[in-house]
Amino acid sequence: MADGESSREATARTLRNAFGNVFSFFILLLIGILAFSIRLFSVIKYESVIHEFDPYFNYRVTQFLTKNGIYDFWNWFDDRTWYPLGRVIGGTVYPGLTLTAGTLWWLLNSLNIPLSVETVCVFTAPIFSAFASWATYLLTKEVKGTGAGLTAAVLLAMVPSYISRSVAGSYDNEAVAIFALIFTFYLYIKTLNTGSLFYATLNALAYFYMVCSWGGYTFIINLIPMHVLLCIVTGRYSSRLYIAYAPLVVLGTLLAALVPVVGFNAVMTSEHFASFLVFIIIHVVALVYHVKGNLSPRMFKVAVTLVVSVGLVVCCAMIAVLIALVASSPTKGWSGRSLSLLDPTYASKYIPIIASVSEHQPPTWPSYFMDINVLAFLVPAGIIACFLPLSDASSFAVLYIVTAVYFSGVMVRLMLVFAPAACIMSGIALSEAFNVLTRSIKFQLPGSSGISQSGDTSMNTEGEQNDIAKTEKMDETAKERPSKKNKRKEKEPVVKASIRSRIERRLLVLPLEASVIAIILLVLLGAFYVKVACKVDAALNVHALLTSTLEKSSRVGRWKLVHCVWAAAEAYSAPSIVLTTYSREGGLHVFDDFREAYAWLSHNTEVDDKVASWWDYGYQTTAMANRTVIVDNNTWNNTHIATVGTAMSSPEKAAWEIFNSLDVKYVLVVFGGLVGYPSDDINKFLWMVRIGGGVFPHIKEPDYLRDGQYRIDSQATPTMLNCLMYKLSYYRFVETDGKAFDRVRQTEIGKKYFKLTHFEEVFTTHHWMVRIYKLKPPKNRIRGKTKKSKSKASSTSSPKRSGTGKRNPWH
Amino acid sequence: MGRNYFMILTVLSVTLLPILSLSFSTDSPTDRRLLVLLDDLSLKSSHSIFFNSLKSRGFDLDFKLADDPKLALQRYGQYLYDGLILFSPSIERFGGVVDLAAVLDFVDSGHDLIIAADSSSSDLIKSVATECGVDFDEDPSALVIDHKSYAVAETEGDHTLIAADDFIESDVLLGKKKIEAPVLFKGIAHSLNAANTLVLKVLSASPLAYSANPNSKLSSPPSLTGSSISLVSVVQARNNARIMITGSLDMFSNRFLRSSVQKAGSPRKYDKSGNEQFVTELSKWVFHVRGHLKAVNLRHNKAGEKDEPAMYRIKDDLVFSVEIYEWSGKSWEPYVANDVQVQLYMMSPYVLKTLSNDKKGLYHTSFKVPDVYGVFQFKVEYHRLGYTSLSLSKQIPVRPFRHNEYERFITAAFPYYGASFTMMAGFFLFSFVYLYHK
Repeated sequence: MADGESSREATARTLRNAFGNVFSFFILLLIGILAFSIRLFSVIKYESVIHEFDPYFNYRVTQFLTKNGIYDFWNWFDDRTWYPLGRVIGGTVYPGLTLTAGTLWWLLNSLNIPLSVETVCVFTAPIFSAFASWATYLLTKEVKGTGAGLTAAVLLAMVPSYISRSVAGSYDNEAVAIFALIFTFYLYIKTLNTGSLFYATLNALAYFYMVCSWGGYTFIINLIPMHVLLCIVTGRYSSRLYIAYAPLVVLGTLLAALVPVVGFNAVMTSEHFASFLVFIIIHVVALVYHVKGNLSPRMFKVAVTLVVSVGLVVCCAMIAVLIALVASSPTKGWSGRSLSLLDPTYASKYIPIIASVSEHQPPTWPSYFMDINVLAFLVPAGIIACFLPLSDASSFAVLYIVTAVYFSGVMVRLMLVFAPAACIMSGIALSEAFNVLTRSIKFQLPGSSGISQSGDTSMNTEGEQNDIAKTEKMDETAKERPSKKNKRKEKEPVVKASIRSRIERRLLVLPLEASVIAIILLVLLGAFYVKVACKVDAALNVHALLTSTLEKSSRVGRWKLVHCVWAAAEAYSAPSIVLTTYSREGGLHVFDDFREAYAWLSHNTEVDDKVASWWDYGYQTTAMANRTVIVDNNTWNNTHIATVGTAMSSPEKAAWEIFNSLDVKYVLVVFGGLVGYPSDDINKFLWMVRIGGGVFPHIKEPDYLRDGQYRIDSQATPTMLNCLMYKLSYYRFVETDGKAFDRVRQTEIGKKYFKLTHFEEVFTTHHWMVRIYKLKPPKNRIRGKTKKSKSKASSTSSPKRSGTGKRNPWH
Repeated sequence: MGRNYFMILTVLSVTLLPILSLSFSTDSPTDRRLLVLLDDLSLKSSHSIFFNSLKSRGFDLDFKLADDPKLALQRYGQYLYDGLILFSPSIERFGGVVDLAAVLDFVDSGHDLIIAADSSSSDLIKSVATECGVDFDEDPSALVIDHKSYAVAETEGDHTLIAADDFIESDVLLGKKKIEAPVLFKGIAHSLNAANTLVLKVLSASPLAYSANPNSKLSSPPSLTGSSISLVSVVQARNNARIMITGSLDMFSNRFLRSSVQKAGSPRKYDKSGNEQFVTELSKWVFHVRGHLKAVNLRHNKAGEKDEPAMYRIKDDLVFSVEIYEWSGKSWEPYVANDVQVQLYMMSPYVLKTLSNDKKGLYHTSFKVPDVYGVFQFKVEYHRLGYTSLSLSKQIPVRPFRHNEYERFITAAFPYYGASFTMMAGFFLFSFVYLYHK
């Protein structure tokens, strides 16, 4: 009887497992499609373009790669940026993204699918977000089972924080790096759970891919040692841990050193030291365990005393040497960006160029809710669930979320690392909740209560199958539910092992009505989340918007940021290269000024002409206008940026001399005053002054401030009103409305009528968002000093001098 | 070259085609068509020696009254003349469409100008001079007076006829033959701004000269005194347009050119003043017969190669050459000098080398690219007194080593290679012993 029952049970379980596997396969497929398609709104709403700034550089590099091959890419010395210094692209770029997209393109082309490089680049991020969802499934499955995995995957597919960085067109390192990050963690946990050297090797390879892709790989190489240390300290050392860690450090470091941009940094900077230290510790611990197994307890004690005393001395000596080495380097071995992780105020105090990038600013509280939405409430529940019971894998998840929360609190950009952790935790929490609730319902269903232990099991199984059948229908609204089921199936064998736990479980049962209501509420919550997520992306606005606004607004610094959130949101939803706004009547208005300006440059200037602008527009200028720029978004040379900042903050003549010495022909400024585009150069001007002043002390910030504020109205300081940035932004502005009312600063400008002596306006886009000026050549003759002649020399008058512009108090 | 010149002469003889573009060109920089603006046509005869000397040198002179209502410098965007001689000091307004701006545009498009003022000079002429960097004395009645180096005459005058001999020392400007006799000058003074690098004092007044009204008593110290007074100045604009400015129209006159001269206090009496030689030589310079350089064929290549590369690598050896010629009035002759330098420049010169020449106009040198990568420029900046300024630059990027251009094995690293290989061998042996020797 018992035999028959158990075999029947076994068949049922196999069947159920098979069914569940097929089921979860399709769910995963749907999740992948969801993750991909939810990111296509930008393509549908706008067009298939590359977004923002950095993606343009990546796009340009990819084009070069596909055209010239990998060796030329590796050795590429780019003479079109950072004039006249140039930039060794091959050695300063994380090649992962470029190589990935290049490979994709090559693969498609060799399959006779002739897609353009741009198309491949645009769709790389959505494709990889699908991969990232699957990786999340795998990781969470290792931590807490299939159910939690599916939940986490579906959450990750829709988490706004990640969407903002991986919409179609957002072709940046993070697009592939998040996948690499999660996948590396998955392989680590997998190795930890299985103790397989095969997975350990794969783990090192995944880590290599991560190193290729993003500077954030240091997070991995610090988090995993932390976890190993945690395991050792809590007495969880095992050979599996050793296999998971030691090969990763050895192979991973070797592989990382192969990436040109990392090179010897992999063994020489403090970011990597933690892993080496833990590497030593794990060996010591392994040795201790080995010795302990071979010696009698008494001998072991003697040995310990001996080793500890000798070891302490050696350790002290080693540490002293290490400290001396690190202390001898000027930055104490830490790069500025890493230092600002530990001391959040470090960057804004000492390195304006880092502080000026809003991505490096601490996030505000609302941005947490914006970025991860309801997940923020589920995370604590998930953490608690991880402790019931605590395994190696779940302790890793806890550690991951804790460190990610800290780092995201330091830098907005790292919110991206936090998002997957939050998804995993929420997945676990939801899955556990469903688990408890459905079980309660099942135990209390009429007819299932008074049955014997063995019968109970079979009934359970049947009940569960029914459940599954039912949930299938509900599946459309909330994908979380079926996954819960699956997850529970996974757990069953474990559960079965101990009858005691079963009894405990029965004690945990909730009242039927409460469970039903709770499930309904959870489903509603899920639906709400999906809706929010969809809305968020659909408009993409709120989100991408938020990131970019934040990015800009932090730059805006003390400017009173004058924008209606909604309008700005609309504006930023755009790929930031094309902006749109809705008029009152609901009509769509497109601002395509950037591309207009870049097209003008590429058609009307010489190939070797140099264009100066603030560094934000460097990547776009080289990629879209194909002109040499002085500085760009790869902020590797502070002095060079400071030179441009100084020129922008100097009076016209001094600025002309600086630009002329750099062979600059054209100066490009972005001006939002006419249409109310808030992230223009006047709003970024504070950083030009600060960065310029940091290197060239004759630029003093207080000269530009009135009552501690940057102002451009009638209260502005004379230095401000005479600096190049002011003049280039507001030249002829008064001709637009007669009052020169700046819609971003919501004020009339301080100096309305003035002429340019060393620059001439050559192009202004339709909405005045981009203005291009040309440096005048030096005067052919030098005038004598006696009285000014009544009639002006002909060449200096501007082509469109207004009739009212005669009054000119500044000349 | 000779054939070219012949052709030009042929064309010149057919002067029925006034618009034919014979203007200032890189092939033959000498001016051909000159417009002479006069106050009245009697100047044509009173200054005929100067004009005839121009004509005899092949210039095509077009005399017009300065207030001629049909006056025009350009037609359909083409300039009708290569040079302008303003012998109309008293004109208040030019005729036709010519005004101050038109004259300055004429200069700014690379054409040459001679301005002669005198005591009756109008504001217009003075403002043309001012725009070119020369400031005439603001006092309209002031003349240059020199009680020391005046020209001796029959009647003891007011010492406004000056015998000046303080020439600039430059063969390019004044010709190889030294001007022996002093130059007679009677007119107004002008001064130059010391900060102005484009303008040169060719003939300056003696230290005892001053500028004042000779007919009234001196009530206050004169504003212009001593050798800061310039009598004749030249300007070479940045586009190499050349301008000569003098405060005396009379110095071109037949009377001054033919008269004998004796400087006060000097025993020597010259039969003929230095005026003719002075104005002739200076007009040669102004109209680009002399002192005009061109640099062509700027070339560079890797040592041992022929073609010009698009990019150098650090530490490459390269050969640089440029050809410089001087216009002799008829043909381009090799320019020979030992002070032409080339820079390899990136924000500051990394290499500065003097070029050696082969006496046929070819200047060349070779050097090693510095161990710095970036976007460099070859620069030749050659500015010499009287010569047109040469400034050439050519951009050339310099890249770092490729990944496979480094040494494969470094001698200094042999201990490390040894260490890693012995380590590997040791590990293998150890594993073998440990696993199979029980």
